[in-house]
Amino acid sequence: MSVPAELHYTEEHEWVSVSGEVATIGITDYAASALGDVVYVNLPAVDAAVTAGEPCGEVESTKSVSDLFSPVDGEVTEVNEELDDDPGLVNAEPYGAGWMFRVRIPAGPGGETALPPGLLSATEYEELTKSAG
Amino acid sequence: MLNAYHARVTSQPQSSPGGATPRSDIRTPRGTPLRSVHERLGATMTDFAGWLMPLRYGSETAEHRAVRSAAGLFDLSHMGEITVTGPGAGAALDYALTGWLSRLSVGQARYTMLCAPDGGILDDLVVYRQAADRFLVVANASNTSVVLAELGERCATVASAAEGAATVTDQTDRTALIAIQGPNASRVLADHTAAALGSVRYYTGVHADVAGSPAWIARTGYTGEDGFEIFCAPEDADHVWKALMPAGGPVDASTAGPAGQAVVPAGLAARDTLRLEAGMPLYGNELGPDVTPFEAGLGKVVRLDKPGDFVGRTALAKLAADAASGNGPGRTLVGLVARSRRVPRHGYPVMSGDTEVGTVTSGAPSPTLGTPIAMAFVAGSAVTGESTGPFGVDIRGRIETADVVPLPFYRKE
Repeated sequence: MSVPAELHYTEEHEWVSVSGEVATIGITDYAASALGDVVYVNLPAVDAAVTAGEPCGEVESTKSVSDLFSPVDGEVTEVNEELDDDPGLVNAEPYGAGWMFRVRIPAGPGGETALPPGLLSATEYEELTKSAG
Repeated sequence: MLNAYHARVTSQPQSSPGGATPRSDIRTPRGTPLRSVHERLGATMTDFAGWLMPLRYGSETAEHRAVRSAAGLFDLSHMGEITVTGPGAGAALDYALTGWLSRLSVGQARYTMLCAPDGGILDDLVVYRQAADRFLVVANASNTSVVLAELGERCATVASAAEGAATVTDQTDRTALIAIQGPNASRVLADHTAAALGSVRYYTGVHADVAGSPAWIARTGYTGEDGFEIFCAPEDADHVWKALMPAGGPVDASTAGPAGQAVVPAGLAARDTLRLEAGMPLYGNELGPDVTPFEAGLGKVVRLDKPGDFVGRTALAKLAADAASGNGPGRTLVGLVARSRRVPRHGYPVMSGDTEVGTVTSGAPSPTLGTPIAMAFVAGSAVTGESTGPFGVDIRGRIETADVVPLPFYRKE
């Protein structure tokens, strides 16, 4: 199961990649494998405000539906419209073409990226998935 | 995100209706004789009714499509096999089940039910007459112990009064079950058996070797496709499986088809969407002790025209008489096709305007239709023939529209 070292993770199996003020969010390889074939991703609207730890969409697979949580506070700037036609991208490339949405996160007072506390490192996330069996 | 909603991995009832303790609560899941084959194929395994079963080998959608276009190989060794043997076997089954089993010719099979005295369904079964004095009863894994106990009791009750003894024997541990389903099934199996498959008609079976191992080959299944179910000894299962599907490692089910693999392994996830498209009920979803065969649209399995008493006759005869006088069952099983891409799932309320009129029993994204489909029990008062529906389905607080369609959703050409 792939867990890229450069990404941040949540306990709810989302990943976050930060570039400047923009966070890109998707679900992990572990989550995609556990869900099975993803058939539909219901994403937040562009310009919607999202809150860290709150549901902002849902992921439908053959056997289950799961809430998609935002790992960060901010405003949605872009959603992956490719997933509408090809939700299978989430399974095929969870960290690449299967990304889900982007959020503008306000910079901190010193101009630094303001990620919420509690995000996991790749090592920590890997531990989490191992203990989950 | 995985913690948000319980992943309904197997559509298995969370608690066993009828009060029996589900096997899964009392023991670690047991492997089938093909467990190592599944592990070598890289299967995702799941606990289903106390058995460790392959959920999928890769993409369950690709496995589903492979069964529709080529063929899929299923390990169904978790199913319960019970034989009823002896000169009184037919009469005993006529008393124990809703069907008229003593009328079957040797080689014939019948879909039938075990009902409680009040007409509630304790299990749905396929019964094969393997010889004049031998019937094979195939039960759902979660119900095998109930079926075994009820058959034992009922057959003992009737044997003293009827034409001879009937012996009920659990053969589950002595039986492996492999199904090959799909348009290629007959061609693939024909290469490994001397049985004249052309004369094995739908819902019949024969004793014959498969890849040199003795087996009962039946043209039955749970996918809506042509196909066979092969009952063999557990020690032969590995050999039979590998003869039918020589590929040893992980396979890509999406390559199945005319130019690709003739047969791919298929797991329980694909089995569930295949049976749903075919409009076939699943015990614990559409069927249960609080459901009668008439409500499930399966009144034809109740043979009130057979002679003699049978368990449930009085209650079922009354229900049939009520229906004949225009007083049908309080609820009806309907097919729903969603207009939205959000999936109606087991337990979701069905709405007519602001009124709750029913409940979804099974729902899934349909690989063949490309849209979510569901079966649901809806109050008889909300079902008005051709103009029935559309209904709303309350999908986690938001109502989505679903049209009513006749079952099945899919019928092979």
